[in-house]
Amino acid sequence: MGFITQHPVLVVSLVKIALTLFVVMTALAYLTWFERKVVARMQSRWGPYYVGAHGLLQPLADGVKFLFKEDVTPPSSDIITYLLAPFLALVLALTAIALLPIGPPDVTILGQPVYAVSNINIGLIFLFAITSLGVYGVALAGWSSNSKYPLMGGLRSSAQMISYEVSLTLSVVGVLLLAGTLNLSDIVNGANGQTGYWLHFIPRWNVFPQIVGFLCYITAAIAETNRVPFDLPEAETELVAGFHTEYSSFKFAMFFMAEYANMITVSSLATILFFGGWLSPFGGHEWEKFIPVVIFLALAAYCLKEVATELQAIIHKLQFMIVVGLFLALAAVCFFFPHYAMPPFWFILKIAIFMFFYVWARGTLPRFRYDQLMAFGWKLLLPVSLANLVVTAVVWLVMHP
Amino acid sequence: MIAPVIVFFACAIAAVVGAILLILAHEPIHSALSLIVVMISLAVLYLLLGAPFVAAIQILVYAGAIMVLFIFVIMLLNAGEEERTDWSKIAKWIGLPLGFVLLLEISHWLFHSEPGTAIANGAAAPAPADTFALSTELFRQYLFPFEATSILILIAILGALVLARKDQ
Repeated sequence: MGFITQHPVLVVSLVKIALTLFVVMTALAYLTWFERKVVARMQSRWGPYYVGAHGLLQPLADGVKFLFKEDVTPPSSDIITYLLAPFLALVLALTAIALLPIGPPDVTILGQPVYAVSNINIGLIFLFAITSLGVYGVALAGWSSNSKYPLMGGLRSSAQMISYEVSLTLSVVGVLLLAGTLNLSDIVNGANGQTGYWLHFIPRWNVFPQIVGFLCYITAAIAETNRVPFDLPEAETELVAGFHTEYSSFKFAMFFMAEYANMITVSSLATILFFGGWLSPFGGHEWEKFIPVVIFLALAAYCLKEVATELQAIIHKLQFMIVVGLFLALAAVCFFFPHYAMPPFWFILKIAIFMFFYVWARGTLPRFRYDQLMAFGWKLLLPVSLANLVVTAVVWLVMHP
Repeated sequence: MIAPVIVFFACAIAAVVGAILLILAHEPIHSALSLIVVMISLAVLYLLLGAPFVAAIQILVYAGAIMVLFIFVIMLLNAGEEERTDWSKIAKWIGLPLGFVLLLEISHWLFHSEPGTAIANGAAAPAPADTFALSTELFRQYLFPFEATSILILIAILGALVLARKDQ
């Protein structure tokens, strides 16, 4: 106990890092399950179904499979770079997550803020700095494989990420002008933050004055994370699997985890910058704790119905009972500790909506052609985000003489 | 305050080793990677000096944008291993002695500098420079050099375009 009170920064930071890592890793695994299920539903299929009830243990099975598969290294590859690339991709993707605040900075334990692993004053720029390095993982993987398709994938990805990073950064500057700070927590609830209402019912979120900026941001963000319809670096109909063609076993899994971690990062950033972060759309009243309680109880009831009617095997029924217990526990936490539970609840709900949007786009849209991609990025997205910046700056100057 | 000293020496050594590898590497990509190591180490040194904004911009612009373009071009040209050549005569007879003189000057300056001015002395890092203060300086007092530099860069871009399109 003495050690903990003497070194609160060290202890709390380590606990936060361990917890964040655990939660993010689990979320990454179950995002693959979520994506496969949702895309399957959109295409009238079942998706993963046999490993565990409704395929719930599929991520676990995939993880074990990745660990035990033979790890093939192409003999003609550039070995150091080849090994470095997946680590670089994953480490940078996870580092970015450490910067995201999922709750107000004034909720503390032992004098340390609970809801962000690291809350630094230039958070936004630092986040962009970290994510801008992410392209190396992809580019180096493509080059070091010493093979034609990966090289094409790596080339495409560097060109694409450079092109769309410009629009991504520019589309955010409008929000910066409104907020007047680079601190991610202050952008949400600082002096010029997103608390309060317009006309007493529209939350003061930046998405309303910055709707053009938001549309540019979300388009560029999908391109930055190499997702459909911008997944040209790994377009499987053209490039086998693009930059990670020559990667097998767990190195392949690392690229996948990095991609999903990047999706979480850009969704969180969209939430923080445009949708009020952890702020509730209703103003943070006491009765709001019943929203998550009702949602979790409904989910638990649905699972119970499945156990009673659909599931046949005893082991599947048991798995679903564990899920029911999990939902009940979440409902209890939200009911008894709303002060701690509500900000992350709103934050994660908003991210989940973005995640669904990602999967939705993947289930709906066809891939761009390469020249369309470049023309769209440079000739449409960049001018629009630049115009948005200029208009925002002029309006801001007129309103603050 | 032992931690800043450790960080300083770790990054200083990384920067120097990266710079040496940059010259010695056979593969152009390895050279580019070494340069990235140098730049990120420099960014950490800026952090130690209490300039987090400059550090972040250093990573964002140099490591995140310029070096990506370098790597892109190297990959596009598919540049293979470099051939090792002999030293040029100029480098041997003028460059080497001059480099040696520069090294002497730097070490002389280092050993006779005031104690307490270098980070290596373990002095507490100065208070972080405010981004607001930095931008105020940049856009008030140094507005003309700032704008002149950006126009210069624009001219350089146009020049590059003209050179690249000279076949038409």
